[in-house]
Amino acid sequence: MSDTHAFVPPIAEAPVQPGTATQAAAATSRVAPGAPLLEVSDLVTHYPVRRGLHEAVVRKKRRWVHAVDGVTFSLGRGEMMALVGESGCGKTSTVQTVLGMVKPTSGAVRLSGTDIAGLPERQMRPLRRKVQMIYQDPYESLDPRFRVIQTVEEPLLVHGIGQTAAARRDLIIKALDQAGLAPAEAFLDRYPHELSGGQRQRVAIATALVLGPDLLLADEPVSMLDVSVRAGVLSLLDTLRKTVDMGILMITHDLSTAAHFADKIAVMYLGRIVEKGSASEIVRNPQHPYTKALLSVVPKRDPRDRSTPQILTGETPDPVAVPSGCRFHPRCPIAIDRCRTEDPALRLPSASTAGHLAACHLV
Amino acid sequence: MSASLLEVEDLHVWFDVPHGDQVHAVQGVSFNLQPGERFGLVGESGCGKTTTVLALMGLLPPNASLAGQVRVDGKNILAGGEDTVRTYRWKDIAMVFQGAMNALNPVKKVGWQIAEPMAFHGVAEGKAAMKRAGELLELVGIPAKSAERYPHEFSGGMRQRASIAMALACEPKILLADEPTTALDVMVQAQILELLTTLSDELGLAVVLVTHDLPVVAQVCSRAAVMYAGEIAEAGPTDTLFHDPRHPYTRLLFAATPDLYGDEAVTSIPGAPPRLDREITGCPFQPRCDVPMDQCADGHPPLLQIAMGHQAACYRATERSDQFAEAK
Repeated sequence: MSDTHAFVPPIAEAPVQPGTATQAAAATSRVAPGAPLLEVSDLVTHYPVRRGLHEAVVRKKRRWVHAVDGVTFSLGRGEMMALVGESGCGKTSTVQTVLGMVKPTSGAVRLSGTDIAGLPERQMRPLRRKVQMIYQDPYESLDPRFRVIQTVEEPLLVHGIGQTAAARRDLIIKALDQAGLAPAEAFLDRYPHELSGGQRQRVAIATALVLGPDLLLADEPVSMLDVSVRAGVLSLLDTLRKTVDMGILMITHDLSTAAHFADKIAVMYLGRIVEKGSASEIVRNPQHPYTKALLSVVPKRDPRDRSTPQILTGETPDPVAVPSGCRFHPRCPIAIDRCRTEDPALRLPSASTAGHLAACHLV
Repeated sequence: MSASLLEVEDLHVWFDVPHGDQVHAVQGVSFNLQPGERFGLVGESGCGKTTTVLALMGLLPPNASLAGQVRVDGKNILAGGEDTVRTYRWKDIAMVFQGAMNALNPVKKVGWQIAEPMAFHGVAEGKAAMKRAGELLELVGIPAKSAERYPHEFSGGMRQRASIAMALACEPKILLADEPTTALDVMVQAQILELLTTLSDELGLAVVLVTHDLPVVAQVCSRAAVMYAGEIAEAGPTDTLFHDPRHPYTRLLFAATPDLYGDEAVTSIPGAPPRLDREITGCPFQPRCDVPMDQCADGHPPLLQIAMGHQAACYRATERSDQFAEAK
């Protein structure tokens, strides 16, 4: 172990109330006043493709999976942004990089002005309290042998919050209350198998809330839940961002959910954001041909509402061999010669208003 | 009305569970299906959708017992237990299982896996079976030469197509598809749904689509049944179910589903479905209903005929559901 980071300030010892700012984050670096909660700029995350022994011996060029390839967005307090796109488009890699679980190849992730990209683990740890994650499957993400109280207590123990069991218990009850599990006391001693899917996901949310995060990352938070309880969990997230003033970055493949609950939508394709803007603008005035196709295949509730879906053939190409020019051109219904050679940048489409950006030569 | 291709009448399924208890998973389900028709079975998890279609295949586990009739072309296929149902399974009724795309054998070529059951059912053998496997792959939109490839070389959508091809090997008249698009991306989901629609239009294949996703049923099926606690709560044309639901559960289920362009608030249904290991008195949906009446707790509402082909099991089924919800 290198000793370069020996003078990192210790983790704050004082009990921290959920929802209030900790000083630990501020201790590691300067905080720019007025900076947005989360600012991701030009984020690039590449994973190496493993070479076989033969390939290594003949010094075959190392290849890379371009999981995230230049992603820029920002998220304010109280905002909810949805990242949408097909599997393999880099949604999860983006979120994992923001969370610090994956080191970015280049680019910056600023949390309230502090660049956290590539920060060493010891400096990252106090900041982790500010960024919490909810996973897709509450049937897998909760330890079946832990009672609810143990599950929610674990992050407090990891971060050294709450001196006594009683103090921690108070924080746990408060978090369960916030997550809509009432009366909280009745849930403390239950095991996950005694809970319904919706209740399990609420326990997972309480586990994230107990640290008082500023930013919540939610990876498909309702896709494993029953239709009848999905709305409840999404409304809870919606309430939390408004009351606790938290930013929420939600990954979803369900555009209807994104349209209903998010303020902003960013559509990803092969490691890039191809279109972003306010949720209503993206849904009602889509500009990028990929966004248009995605919207056209969302099944509508009304059987009379049968618009012709514009079905793209094939699936997202291999992120190891990214197409030249616009990376969507092999599947694009309106591609022209220019698209094969020239990579379009995000810009304001002529048919929309400020705040809406699309990466297409033809808008 | 001509005789139906498939008639399910008063189907009941019980599962024996430890300690002498029984779970009454399917409680008197009836529906019918015409050739080339697409019929949806929708509901929350645990409502008996999958159990119903497994019963039609005669593939329930040994701890299950069942009652009722399942007639294919007028013949009761469950009459003689496994001995009779075996002659219909795959040849008349075939099924794409939930997660079938992940159940392919990773060390066998896809073509071989499609050809294998053909020999067993006497459809084709050896070279002829391999040739037919190629044709089936073409039918579901995969180049025939891909029969020589292994499952890991296929994408998720292609594996799901291959499992549909497998179900079609013995030219069935009825295809039961259990959550065929649940783990797939929206674009691939659209491709698979288009494939199922084309197959039923062009081959006259009758499709039973089991899903929890109401919009999928709305776009693909002409008729559907909404299941709740092992029973059919409401059945009818999909258009009627959306525009004139008579069971509060149908209305609330639509209200819990966000629509891309809908502005109305999306609301969850409070509570959870009842346990099926004990007798339910009264209407099973009564504890979660937003417009219950006194009689709902005492008596079980019968499945009322509202119009031709439209039934709902609710005491208030004669009123328009959206109107009595407003009146409240």
